[in-house]
Amino acid sequence: MLGKEKPSGVSLSEETSFFALWSGGTPKKGALDMGSFAQAVHRLLAGDPELWEIVLLSLRVSAEALLIGGLFGVPLGAFLGLKRFFGRRLVIALLYTGMGLPPVVVGLLVYLLLSRSGPLGFLGWLFTPRAMVFAQTLICLPVIVGFTMAAVLGVDPALRQQLRALGATAWQSTWAVVREARTGIVVALVAGFGSIISEVGAVMLVGGNIQGSTRVLTTAIVLETRQGRFDTALALGLVLLLLAFAINGFVLVLQGRSVER
Amino acid sequence: MTPRGEEVFRLEGVRKRYGGREVLRIDQLSIFAGEIFGLVGPSGAGKSTLLRLLNFLEPPTAGCILYRGQPLDGRVPPQLLRGITTVFQRPLLLSGSVAYNIAFGLRLRGERNPGPKVEQMLRRVGLSELARAAIHTLSGGEAQRVALARALVLEPDVLLLDEPTANLDPYHVSLIESIVCQENRERGTSVVWVTHNVFQARRVAHRVGLLIGGELVEVSETHRFFERPEDPRAAAFVRGEMAY
Repeated sequence: MLGKEKPSGVSLSEETSFFALWSGGTPKKGALDMGSFAQAVHRLLAGDPELWEIVLLSLRVSAEALLIGGLFGVPLGAFLGLKRFFGRRLVIALLYTGMGLPPVVVGLLVYLLLSRSGPLGFLGWLFTPRAMVFAQTLICLPVIVGFTMAAVLGVDPALRQQLRALGATAWQSTWAVVREARTGIVVALVAGFGSIISEVGAVMLVGGNIQGSTRVLTTAIVLETRQGRFDTALALGLVLLLLAFAINGFVLVLQGRSVER
Repeated sequence: MTPRGEEVFRLEGVRKRYGGREVLRIDQLSIFAGEIFGLVGPSGAGKSTLLRLLNFLEPPTAGCILYRGQPLDGRVPPQLLRGITTVFQRPLLLSGSVAYNIAFGLRLRGERNPGPKVEQMLRRVGLSELARAAIHTLSGGEAQRVALARALVLEPDVLLLDEPTANLDPYHVSLIESIVCQENRERGTSVVWVTHNVFQARRVAHRVGLLIGGELVEVSETHRFFERPEDPRAAAFVRGEMAY
């Protein structure tokens, strides 16, 4: 079982669980056995229900955070790229700081907000996937806003004037400019996703790494490493990498030929 | 002979300032229906600024621009605006196909089936075979033809050209000149053509205006502008003695 020292007298179903069978069921502390790593990968591909639960929760939490972050971040980034207003430079400076915000700090802030005595404590979200989505949204938002802004700024400013001259309303020309920046906006979303699928600090703090409830790939890796099961940790790391590769590959296919120019 | 229809534009006391700098100072200028008005002058004279004002992309800092007798300060009715369009020095195309670009303005106007008009326009500019080509595969001349087609397919009352042939080879320069002149003859489209090239102005324009330092120093019929310019600066410009 993932994250539990194997107790004596476990039931058969627990005994046959993928993680329980790891390294013959007994964790080898402080050593990495490549044979057991290969075995782990093999079993991993065969499918362990607990592993897939963790993978699905990782995907669900990060996908929801990305969706919310994208819904707010893309329009906000486009606005910053297109509009000039008083204080814009300050907003951009804050944004750049936000892009480098340590997830653990975000986790701490969200923890304080959601804790029982915090301003949002009444929601009862702490140690639930909702708290993790909340924290990850805050982490990916500045990344999405920043990259979207850069993508929109990369579109020739004269194009907007040309579109107006062709009879486009302000909204129509804005939409066309955002459409021109779409390759960069996809990059913004990919970068946003990358910033949260791989983070551990925030989800650990606000989720609590509770088995069957808030355990995700990164927190599972931390746990396995702490308990000396390096091969399990490595195999989980491999799953995380494969996941990121598969998703980014899919995005690249979606982008199609526009990146090959 | 100069076609002299009704006044399309009338500028009165128009000033344009950026920051504290005045870049345009035009006391009076009229552009008439059906004419090709060549606007020449050195770089930084305010030619492009004037075109932006005529397309109502920017408001004048002071003064008044009347379009077909109506003062258009403040909010400009979109329907009126859509009778005016500009082709810039760079083609400024959208990513996508040639046909997509040409249909762009028609779609903005709610045209559900722009196909036939697009095809007709493609034939007119000689790009039928490139309808589906992606714009990044076009040469500079082809791209500028697409930009011109994208403007002409809207059947504008006023066509503003901001040095559209500045970067093109002689073949494309002549092609674009002939397409614009044909449009002017057949549809009576009024054209304001900004150009660096005095020879081009002489070839295409009915009247020519010389803009220097934001001021119109000479406006006259083309033959008069080139043969008997009144202002000494216009004479120097025509003789090619003006350093810029």
